[in-house]
Amino acid sequence: MTTLAENTFSIDDFMAGERRKDLLRFSTAGSVDDGKSTLIGRLLYDTQSVYEDQVRSIEGKGTTAPGQIDFALLTDGLRAEREQGITIDVAYRYFSTARRKFIIADTPGHEQYTRNMATGSSTADATIVLIDARKGVLPQSRRHAYIASLLGVRQMLVAVNKMDLVDYSKERFCSIQADFSALLDQIAADTGNPVQPYFLPVSALIGDNVVHRSAAMVWYTGPSLIDLLESLPAARHDHAAPLRFAVQRVLRPDASFRGFAGQIASGSVRPGDAITALPSGRIARVARISTFDGDLDLATAPLSVTLVLDREIDVSRGDLIVSAEAQATVTTDLEASLVWMDVHDLIPDRRYLLKHASHVVPATITSLRHRVLLDSDTPAQSLVHTPAATLSLNQIGVAALRLLRPIAVDSYRDHRLTGAFILIDPATNATVAAGMIRSAQPIPAALAAHLHGANSGPVSARERFLRWGHRGAILTLTGPSALADRVERALFQEGMVTLRLNAHGPATDSASDSLAAQAAASGLLVLLHAETDSDALSVSIGNHSITFSDEDAFTRRLHTLLADSGLLHQPRSPEYEI
Amino acid sequence: MSVLDILPESSSQPNALPSAPRLSHLRQLEAESIHILREVASEFERPVMLYSIGKDSSVMLRLAQKAFFPAPIPFPLLHIDTGFKFREMIEFRDRMAREVGAELHVWRNEPAIAAGTNPIALDTKRCCGLLKTQALLDGLRHHNFDAAFGGARRDEEKSRAKERIYSFRDGAGQWDPKNQRPELWNLYNARIHPGESIRVFPLSNWTEMDVWQYIHEENIPVVDLYFAKERPMYLRGEALLPIEQSFVALPGEQPQMVKCRLRSLGCSPCTGAIRSDAATIPEIIAELLSFRSSERANRVIDHDQEGSMELKKREGYF
Repeated sequence: MTTLAENTFSIDDFMAGERRKDLLRFSTAGSVDDGKSTLIGRLLYDTQSVYEDQVRSIEGKGTTAPGQIDFALLTDGLRAEREQGITIDVAYRYFSTARRKFIIADTPGHEQYTRNMATGSSTADATIVLIDARKGVLPQSRRHAYIASLLGVRQMLVAVNKMDLVDYSKERFCSIQADFSALLDQIAADTGNPVQPYFLPVSALIGDNVVHRSAAMVWYTGPSLIDLLESLPAARHDHAAPLRFAVQRVLRPDASFRGFAGQIASGSVRPGDAITALPSGRIARVARISTFDGDLDLATAPLSVTLVLDREIDVSRGDLIVSAEAQATVTTDLEASLVWMDVHDLIPDRRYLLKHASHVVPATITSLRHRVLLDSDTPAQSLVHTPAATLSLNQIGVAALRLLRPIAVDSYRDHRLTGAFILIDPATNATVAAGMIRSAQPIPAALAAHLHGANSGPVSARERFLRWGHRGAILTLTGPSALADRVERALFQEGMVTLRLNAHGPATDSASDSLAAQAAASGLLVLLHAETDSDALSVSIGNHSITFSDEDAFTRRLHTLLADSGLLHQPRSPEYEI
Repeated sequence: MSVLDILPESSSQPNALPSAPRLSHLRQLEAESIHILREVASEFERPVMLYSIGKDSSVMLRLAQKAFFPAPIPFPLLHIDTGFKFREMIEFRDRMAREVGAELHVWRNEPAIAAGTNPIALDTKRCCGLLKTQALLDGLRHHNFDAAFGGARRDEEKSRAKERIYSFRDGAGQWDPKNQRPELWNLYNARIHPGESIRVFPLSNWTEMDVWQYIHEENIPVVDLYFAKERPMYLRGEALLPIEQSFVALPGEQPQMVKCRLRSLGCSPCTGAIRSDAATIPEIIAELLSFRSSERANRVIDHDQEGSMELKKREGYF
């Protein structure tokens, strides 16, 4: 039954107030048992953002003392989480105050769920890092602060929690603040992304300095957590930044309309603006900004709109429309920070799929520059770089990547959305890594157009390579069919183009020799298989040879063989040296 | 909606370049949802929009119109009809599909309906399993849909708070909450093997209040059942049970006229009404501000057992 009398409620006044509210996205991070979920539960409860039936459903449950509500149960949504009393996956929460709407990504503290923490940080404007006042800065706090900085979160609210358990000690708080400040300086030096920290002493369980100021800590004169959240600079869609607009879809309902649908990633656009479509480099002016609600005179990030250009140029899904004055970098070679998120290790030179903005291109990791050591085996408070052959789940490093087609990118520091990518394993379809571009090697626009397919004439070795991801070669297989099948399967799953030829005995006839040679010259991997009774299969390419038995890791060893034989290195273009 | 919503932070200097035009939170949510709708339409071969007739579906349908304007919505709608939907809902559904010009598929688990499946004879869990989850999986498989939009929001329920925007489902349509794909920035992984599918939730970040505000601002039509009026109801404890085709009264029960409305729309036997005077959208918004119970509190099905929504989702429910 409604209790608000309708005659005291003005929808227009209310909506005017609502329209003034902006949106702040923040994430939470901290070690296991630092009390993140409790803090969020407390924030929701004290801002009256939870309903009575939700509070009733958790009363008398959980792990807190009798009579105390276990606020963590408000956010831990999965059965396994409630049973184990830990957070496994990101939970998204929503609340609003009179000034602002908030989206919280409540992320897990367990190291094994670090990838979920990165997920929560990727869209956050701010992050709350919790530190247990009794324990001080732990390796997990370091890892989380590092990931938040790496993912470009600009504001960090460092909540020193459980102050009630250290007698509200100012000395304890100040010593943690000094430790953490020093750590943040080191992190910023490594990631290149400085963060603005705000320190505050809280007790999530009791509610000190979360929404209500604490009477127990008169020595702290700063704002409460909610005061800070309400006053932080919000999602900065920098409208002075150059335009970035990834084309998601070409809308062509009839012959009179051809528009490019997308979301403005940064900057703003007006009719008449000069734009460049990348990677082709073609130029045009914006004729109209079309929406369901009528044409706009100005559109700013993050609006989703449809751009109509003043002339017919070839633009399709995946292209990036940018300001003609400040263009993005067209590249096939980039260096990026990677957060590895898959249970299978990174395989150098293997083909992955890279999704950036609105396109997917095949890519290989050509070299791993270093891995960043963040774990407890690191000497205290240092971020050591170590040479590494691979990255495993939850490890972070810097790598060089080669793309099979040119794309237009920015550095992550300058443009979060056009500087970010994910890597997908083409065999399992898993999202295996998050990438943040540090630098990109520009290629000339003319070459970009050439690589983009605007070329005629005979197909070059380089073009074949760009299409298939490898050069052509003859692989001589000697051994049982079952193992040859597995070699073919492994190559096939990697997206390689193979041609299987069976030879009966060691001597093959000249016809199949000739066919094999021509197919290899056309860019195919020819599997010339001679069946024998042995237990092992030998695979050779020229002078390079390896032997497989039943248990071997086929994919990884085949990659090594192909890489050693030079088949994964791009032929240089005769016309354009880069 | 118009450029009026783009509020310059300082309202002076109308001729100067607006230094920092700021978008209201609704405009930001709208932009995010449109981006998702366009990604899915471009990356999947056979997407479909689950249309459940409720307020969230109504918003989702409007967003789809906006996303592809001036082109038509490039995917069909699918309604899973349990046979227990309110008559007004079915009429509204057919009218909306006509007005929007979208192709509408309706799927019913006919064998189960013919066998008389109902939540009183079975328990609600098994009834939902047959008439909703099974029908949904069969309908998706029959049409070979590889991506299905749903109007679910993360603020509705605890296990939904854990959903990705692209929620991967295996060949049997099941959700594995402990093994979800990481989802960063606005980069969605659309890769699936044959038989697998993705459920997509464009309204993930909307709240119930956002939905009503948007309906108000955009003048989006919603089913009349959301608005309070005198309706004949059976009173059972605190619950108000609407009279529909399937209602079975207990001995001695008599319907009474009660001014009430539905806060969320489901199947008539399992959706209780609430006492309310809110007969317009502004009144609904005012009422919402005064509420102290969550919107699914009137849904019998969510409370069968601890974590029941998570269990249903694992089995293939939205």
